[in-house]
Amino acid sequence: MDSSIKQSKGMNIHARRFISYLVLIIITILCLVWFYILFINATRSNSQLKRGFTLLPSTFLFENWNNVLHGTLPIMSGMMNSVIVSVTSAVLCTYFSTMTAYAVHVYDFKLKKAAYTFILMVMMIPTQVTALGFLKLVGRIGLDDSLIPLIIPTIAAPITFFYMKQYMESTLPLSLIEAARIDGANEFYTFNKVCMPLMKPAIAVQAIFTFVSSWNNYFTPALILHSDNKKTLPIVIAQLRAADFLKFDMGQVYVTIAFSIFPVIVVYLILSKYIVGGVTAGGVKG
Amino acid sequence: MKNKGNQAVIKYNRWGYIFLIPFTVTYLVFQLIPLFTTVYNSFFENYRDGLTQVGPNFVGLENYAKLLSNGELLMYTKNTMIMWVMGFVPQIIVSLFLAYWFSDPSLRLKGQRFFKTVMYLPNLIMASAFSMLFFTLFSNVGPINGILVSTGILKESYDFMSHVWSTRSLIAFMNFIMWFGNTTILLLAGMLGIDTSLYEAAEVDGANSTQIFWKITLPLLKPILLYVMITSLIGGLQMFDVPQILTSGSGDPVHSTMTLIMYLNKHLYSKNYGMGGALSVLLFIITAILSVMIFKFMGYGERSRKNG
Repeated sequence: MDSSIKQSKGMNIHARRFISYLVLIIITILCLVWFYILFINATRSNSQLKRGFTLLPSTFLFENWNNVLHGTLPIMSGMMNSVIVSVTSAVLCTYFSTMTAYAVHVYDFKLKKAAYTFILMVMMIPTQVTALGFLKLVGRIGLDDSLIPLIIPTIAAPITFFYMKQYMESTLPLSLIEAARIDGANEFYTFNKVCMPLMKPAIAVQAIFTFVSSWNNYFTPALILHSDNKKTLPIVIAQLRAADFLKFDMGQVYVTIAFSIFPVIVVYLILSKYIVGGVTAGGVKG
Repeated sequence: MKNKGNQAVIKYNRWGYIFLIPFTVTYLVFQLIPLFTTVYNSFFENYRDGLTQVGPNFVGLENYAKLLSNGELLMYTKNTMIMWVMGFVPQIIVSLFLAYWFSDPSLRLKGQRFFKTVMYLPNLIMASAFSMLFFTLFSNVGPINGILVSTGILKESYDFMSHVWSTRSLIAFMNFIMWFGNTTILLLAGMLGIDTSLYEAAEVDGANSTQIFWKITLPLLKPILLYVMITSLIGGLQMFDVPQILTSGSGDPVHSTMTLIMYLNKHLYSKNYGMGGALSVLLFIITAILSVMIFKFMGYGERSRKNG
């Protein structure tokens, strides 16, 4: 009885395909509708916004944008700071996490197991838990109100390390490293020229994750950065929220939000090809 | 020749330590020392009362006693967990289905790249900007209320941000939208990594897609599911940006959306290092217990499936 039901469910490929597409379309709408409304509202003036929502854009985008630029929020510097922090974090984090994973994956040394277990254990520790000590340290070494303490710590990223290690287990055969050694390559060269290219799909995925978490990061920067020209975008957004928004020009509010979202979408569209392609290519091969 | 090879191996293995240096040094300076400083601070009375600085005086476990007795901690833990579960359960279900459909060769879904690109998009959106967007969209005078009223679904605008469950739902929904694409891509990578000959063999043996999902895909996917679950739980405990921006740090209505990290942030902002330290240590312990619980739960699942 049970198996016959399952059988019929398994057979009906058209119904399954229909359900899949239906769910995918609903999900797509759920993902995009917010940004569509955001885009529409960013192009409308305050008085138009007060009259209610329309499906078609208006013509006030540049006027809103101009008003924001000449307003009090440090939007441009916030943007620059966010780009600096996120890009350098993504580069440092993926490179050094791959290096750490390489050390544990390829070499056989006394503390190898201890190092691996230690990193897995500390993977559970949220950065917020150490934020207090971190703040005190940053103050003591004179890096308060600076971008550096937001960048350097990403070198030690246990979660990225864990992902890289997992990926290496399936894609980096030790025989390949052996072969490079026989060809006379030194260890650092082997890491950069043999391991790194093979790790590209994993690096792409993790670079995006790091970039995003760095770009999104609001907790630590809000505690470290104080002066207006050092603030990253999330802090600018928080400033916007803390001000009584009804007194604002709503067109400006929407443009500011759109401005902090739009650049990431561009970066993503450039990199997503690589990521999605890399993931599926690996699967098709298998 | 052999001897030379052994020496070379030992020489190679030294590089293991060299490659570990950047991680070790960075971790030690920026994570481990701060962790100890945090624990150390939790035993001291150290805060500002107006313009006067109180402490630091050693008070032993007094901060912990204060923290555990005032009931706020329990409430904020409950808030955090409720909102995490409300976001995570739909997330893992939707992601499993989507990843399975994408990886199923018999379905031959078209436009996969488009759907994946769209699904991952909300994850890139700055959480605080997304939260600010929802705040404006769902406000009393925002477009959502405007649409609901003008289409006659609501008689008058509904104040989403002043009702407990609507605020929590908004936060959970934002977390869901932002993270299910990420989870889907991770699960999909795991599913695509499964040897297709296993599926072919199962099909030859007459297994249907439901059976293949439960007997092949899911068991082989367990390491990645474990990874997804642990990282999501850790992320859930760190929930901060979305409720912080949505409620402008107040955690309203009636502190029902105040999360643990928002509470910690309050202490750090007011430079109450004693209480902040104690809260950090407790958060550390909660995280550790929950991680162990998940490991055990997954372990038991494996055993029962083997028995069955």
